[in-house]
Amino acid sequence: MARRLLSSLGQFLATLLVATALIFVMLRVMPGDPAVVALGINATPEALAQWRTEYGTDQSLALQYLQWMGGLVRGDFGTSYVTSQDLSPLIADRVQVTLILVGLSMVVALLVAVPLGVLAAVRHRYPSGVVLSGISQVGVAVPNFLVGVLLVAVFAVHLGWFPSGGWVAPSDDPVQFLRRLVLPVIALGSVQAAIITRYVRSAVLEIMREDFLRTARAKGLTKGAALVRHGLRNAGVPVVTIVGVQLAAMLIGSVVIERVFVIPGLGSLLVDSVGNRDLLAVQAIVAVLVLLVIVINLLVDLAYTVLDPRLRKAA
Amino acid sequence: MNARIPHRLVAATAVAAASILALSACSAGSSSGGGSATSDAVVIGLTGEPVNLDFTTTSGAAIPQVVMNNVYEGLVTIDQDGELQPQLAESWEVSEGGTVYDFVLQDGVLFSDGEDFTADDVVFSIERVQSDAWLNGTKSKMDVVDSVEAVSDTEVRVTLSRPSNAWLFDMGTYVGAMFSETGVDDLATEPIGTGPYTVESFVSGDRITLAGRDDYWGEEPDITDVTLRYFADAVASTNALRSGDVDMVYNMQAPDLMGQFESDEAFQVIEGTSNGEILLSMNNKVAPFDDVRVRQAVMYAIDRQAVIDAAWAGYGTEIGAMVAPTDPYYEDLTDLYPYDPEKARELLAEAGAENISITFDVPTRPYATAVSEIVVSQLAEVGIDASIQSSEFPAVWLDKVFTQADYQMSVILAVEARDVLATFNNPDYYIGYDNAKIADQVIAADSGTPEEYVSGMKEVVRTITEDAASDVLFLFPNLVVAKAELGGIAANAVTESLVLSGLTWTD
Repeated sequence: MARRLLSSLGQFLATLLVATALIFVMLRVMPGDPAVVALGINATPEALAQWRTEYGTDQSLALQYLQWMGGLVRGDFGTSYVTSQDLSPLIADRVQVTLILVGLSMVVALLVAVPLGVLAAVRHRYPSGVVLSGISQVGVAVPNFLVGVLLVAVFAVHLGWFPSGGWVAPSDDPVQFLRRLVLPVIALGSVQAAIITRYVRSAVLEIMREDFLRTARAKGLTKGAALVRHGLRNAGVPVVTIVGVQLAAMLIGSVVIERVFVIPGLGSLLVDSVGNRDLLAVQAIVAVLVLLVIVINLLVDLAYTVLDPRLRKAA
Repeated sequence: MNARIPHRLVAATAVAAASILALSACSAGSSSGGGSATSDAVVIGLTGEPVNLDFTTTSGAAIPQVVMNNVYEGLVTIDQDGELQPQLAESWEVSEGGTVYDFVLQDGVLFSDGEDFTADDVVFSIERVQSDAWLNGTKSKMDVVDSVEAVSDTEVRVTLSRPSNAWLFDMGTYVGAMFSETGVDDLATEPIGTGPYTVESFVSGDRITLAGRDDYWGEEPDITDVTLRYFADAVASTNALRSGDVDMVYNMQAPDLMGQFESDEAFQVIEGTSNGEILLSMNNKVAPFDDVRVRQAVMYAIDRQAVIDAAWAGYGTEIGAMVAPTDPYYEDLTDLYPYDPEKARELLAEAGAENISITFDVPTRPYATAVSEIVVSQLAEVGIDASIQSSEFPAVWLDKVFTQADYQMSVILAVEARDVLATFNNPDYYIGYDNAKIADQVIAADSGTPEEYVSGMKEVVRTITEDAASDVLFLFPNLVVAKAELGGIAANAVTESLVLSGLTWTD
């Protein structure tokens, strides 16, 4: 276990190094002078020069990179080019918003997808199973922003059941917090539910053909009991893999839902920061995203060993 | 059925849900929404969030939009008709030669940090604009001030180096904002002024809340709880209005969506005026637009009313030159270049510029994309093949077009008040207009009597327009949609400021 953690840590550092170096260089190749964007059209040349000295953008790239990495090691993301505020608290705040949104959407997606996927597999020879499979196929094809726009049009604008967007901190007003989460969570979660349903279905179909399941049935268990007792655990491994992949994709993809529902998450901060050429903010967000993806992969690895004891020995 | 695994599933789900809720016990994204529930509250939807609240170091109209007249006040202010009105100065007198201004200040005015507003603060504020503390280039508007002195606690004397008609008007914009000597430590997040509101919170990416002051020197506003919410997308803001999340959308950027509100009695639609001109810029320093005949051909080639109809759903006003109708030296110059493609072709032939190809840098803004398509098709009619090149706004556009002037044609919404001189009276500006003809005239007009100022400036503007320095397509409308019961909306954007104190619920 210690070795696994150590190698994960090494992997994390290597990935972070490559990712940060890449993003660092790409941002600086991109056209647009951060000083001009920060100070705007009325900036005097003196003001621009003063700004560049203050934020160190007039120094060599290597030095800027080293300074930034030095800050990262100390847990300091630096100062925003445009707001002149410390980035760390801002990013910590935004990351929570996105994690809540993505986490809840995934929970909802799983609550829908696991039973439906199993049902679609068990009844794959019956019309109900085929219909379920077809619906999930359509769900996979629909982009989540479209779901979002439709949900707002129907449930916020037309029926007025839910707010059209915005965010309320849970500590401010838990009820409003949840009310505002309903539509974005459905928008983000429904598409994921469709994707995961398909994986659950095919995993369960695979399992149903296995010898051990036939043996279990031969011992007298019903189809359902055999599946629940021996099948689901085995079907879990590919499903956990896809959940990990989708979680990583959702962290980045939630930016679209954040835009539709005006949610101040990490994704919208990323888009704004790129637009404002707030390079340090972009770098910090990318570093955080890389960290989150690696943590997800680590959790997926751990989940494998819980689901399948054979993999424990391999580790 | 064996219940063992389902139990685990339930447990796992519970753990996941609990950990998410535990996470949410913290104040993640401490922001709020929600339409106003009480009569002293209002939620306003805006576009273009300010990055901070300090206009002394950061330019962009979004900052003064929030803070001017609401948090900060000036000695004078500009009313909804574009007229100068007293604010912190009760009255003023101008000397015979027009260089000495004697202001008498309002008595009993407090800053929001509890300090008295006195003549010393006026001296401090004006001198601060001239100091290195101000980085915003609009500080040059204070160059004309030679000295400022406190005569008594409530009397200030400002001496100009030459008479200037523009200076007092500028004092009504954010250049003339009055600061407290002890209140400039954290202008980016904690502005301290004499206005009716204070900034209660500023949540980047979402909203700014303002709270009414109990100790305001003037009439306290009806609405004391103002929330400004920022939307990146016009559809999201109108959805929020329809679903009751906001009470008013100010400076709407999607005119196509206005129709649905005009036919609905629950809402009111106001087309306010603004200082924003949609400017089709031509680089006067590079071919083919270094030839005045080619520029004039463009002026004749474009049917401006058709542009307004096609690009902005008919909202907007033809003005013919870069002067808003609310400005004192406005003159209707729309007849100078009527739509005349035949004439355009003649001019192009004369200039030897038939069937030319140009690049058209279009910033990534809704109005610019909308305008560019019809402009390109109208230019094609007269034999100018314009190919659109999209420029990310602000970063790339500011760098390439504005700073390096590496472009042939572009289009931008110029929002600053009285910006005709800033745009054309500077040959190094990205337009590259040769100002030799107007430079002396400008100074003469500014130094003359108010009548001479108006007539002199009219002449300057006419010269610029005759030279076809750029094509002003139309005056950008300030479209406002609000719930029908909301009154006192300052829909005319005569300065950058959105005046909130007049708002009131009418039932």
